[in-house]
This record gives sequence, structure tokens and C-alpha cells, in this order.
Amino acid sequence: MDSMTIIAVASIITAGLTIALGSIGPALGEGRAVSTALASLAQQPDAAATITRTLFVGLAMVESIAIYCFVVSMILLFANPFWSFAIAQAAQATGK
Amino acid sequence: MHLSPDDTIYWQLGFFKLNATILYTWGLMLLLVVGSKMVTHKLSMGLHRSRWQNLLEIIVTGIAKQIEEVGLRQPQKYLGFLGTLFLFIAMASLFTIVPGYEPPTGSLSTTTALAICVFVAVPLFGIQEGGVKKYLKAYLHPTFIMLPFNIISELSRTLALAVRLFGNMMSGTMILAILLTITPFLFPIALHALGLLTGVVQAYIFSVLAAVYLAAATRASNVKLNAEEPD
Repeated sequence: MDSMTIIAVASIITAGLTIALGSIGPALGEGRAVSTALASLAQQPDAAATITRTLFVGLAMVESIAIYCFVVSMILLFANPFWSFAIAQAAQATGK
Repeated sequence: MHLSPDDTIYWQLGFFKLNATILYTWGLMLLLVVGSKMVTHKLSMGLHRSRWQNLLEIIVTGIAKQIEEVGLRQPQKYLGFLGTLFLFIAMASLFTIVPGYEPPTGSLSTTTALAICVFVAVPLFGIQEGGVKKYLKAYLHPTFIMLPFNIISELSRTLALAVRLFGNMMSGTMILAILLTITPFLFPIALHALGLLTGVVQAYIFSVLAAVYLAAATRASNVKLNAEEPD
């Protein structure tokens, strides 16, 4: 396998693994956060506005981790610097 | 693969490129400014007021109440900054209903610019509230060993603000584009609605986080005053 193939295979596999593994943690965390928020809403319904607002802010912070993994996998697939470098080198080699 | 509106260039002169991001950002700004000017041209304090004035009043008082609930004592001071953040980001994502429009917040440049605005505004308001010494002392707050960690956390939460907004907006438009090539017509509409919802939620999150950072910076200056007040 030459270096271009290795770069392509590694990028594709890593992109898939990144988003797959990176979504597990935030999903579990968000589920627990929502369930605790529902329990406290049932206990104190008149604090509903504060609980809901805090829940949304907390969910956004947890979601950020999944977004980071998504951005990394998009970069690997569509804006991959190693791939561009390999393509430029191959174009230079065939140009000569 | 069309990753961001930066790729669509309408006009070029030297190194200045008029891309879709700049066009849509300025278009939004024009719309917001001209619209507000036209509505607030003749304000009425009586019982009869135009529906647009009503709408703007609902929005402004709603934002002021949210700012106060987050912990900032005088919401009038911060209403301009935080309200503008919320309105700009919310309008930027709500206008995706218009065909041919791409949200300018789907480009990392715009979200980084907004995050840098927050990064600059936090020390500005903190120093305006309590003075330079009190604000700088807050960095040594639990112990002075925490100084590098406090600085790093300042930088990392700015980065997190930018990437969070960019990731949400970009993923919305990209998933829509991909779905349109696979199962057109019904499923993309549901996902478009979800994209609108996440756009408004992300606008709210961005401004609430900015308000929380401002509250932390200004409360640090008043930490002795608020010691007796119940929270």
C-alpha cells in the first residue's frame, strides 16, 4: 500500500470511529441530565422556569463535545490537509 | 463539498473577496437596523400601539427579564450587547426559510468574530463595574496557583462558544443538503424545522452563556457587597 492509500484508509476509518464513539458519551450524559431535570420539575413545579433554563444551558455544554467530534470527522473527510498534500505530491510526480 | 458560505464568491478585488457570508451578514444588519428604525420612528405610550411596537416591546422586555434572572443586577447596561447577540444569531438562523439563503453563522469566521466580541466585552464590563485591580484580582481567586488555569479557561470557553455555534449551524445545512440528494420532499422538511429550532436554541445559549460570563466578571468585583444578599 502506498502512502496515499494509507492516508485515505486511515482518514475514513478514523472519521467513522470519531463520530461513532464521540456520540456515546454526550448522549448518555444528556439522558441523565434530562431525567434528573424531570424529577426535580415533578418535585418543584413552580421553579420550572429556572430548571428549564439551567437544563438547556447544561445540555448545550454537553452537546458541544459531540459537536467537536462531528467537526473533527468533517475535517477528516472534507478538508483533510494530509490528503490535499498527498494529492499535490501525486500531481507533481505525474506532472514531471 | 460546500462546507461554508465562504466558498461562494460574488466579486473579487485584490485580496478582498465579497463572499456569501459578508453579503448575508450585511443584509441581515441592514434589515434589523432599518426595520427597528421604522418601527420605533413614532413610539406611542398610550393604549393604542402598532403591532410591530408591541412585538419589539415583548422581545426587549423578555430579554431584559432573562438577563436579570441570570444574575446581572442592572439589565439595562447589558441589554444592548446581549440583545444584539441574541437577535442577530436568531435572525441569521430563522431566515433559512427564505430559499437561496445561507446562514452567515455557518462560517467559522462569523462565529469566531462573535466569540471574540464576548471575549473583549467581559473584561470591559468587569473593569467598568469595579475597576482594574478588582477585576485582575479575580483571576487569583481561589488561590494564586489557579492563575494559569483561569487564563486557559477564559480562552477555551471563547473557543467553545465559536465552535459550538459553528458546528450546530454547519451540521444543520449539511444534513439538509445530504438528505435532499437521498430522500427528497418530506423528510428534509422535518429536518429543516429541527434546524430552525436548534438555531433559536443556540442563539439563546450563546447569549445566556455571554450573560453568565459577564455576571461572573462583574460579580467578582462586587463579591463583598453581595455576601449578605440572599441569592
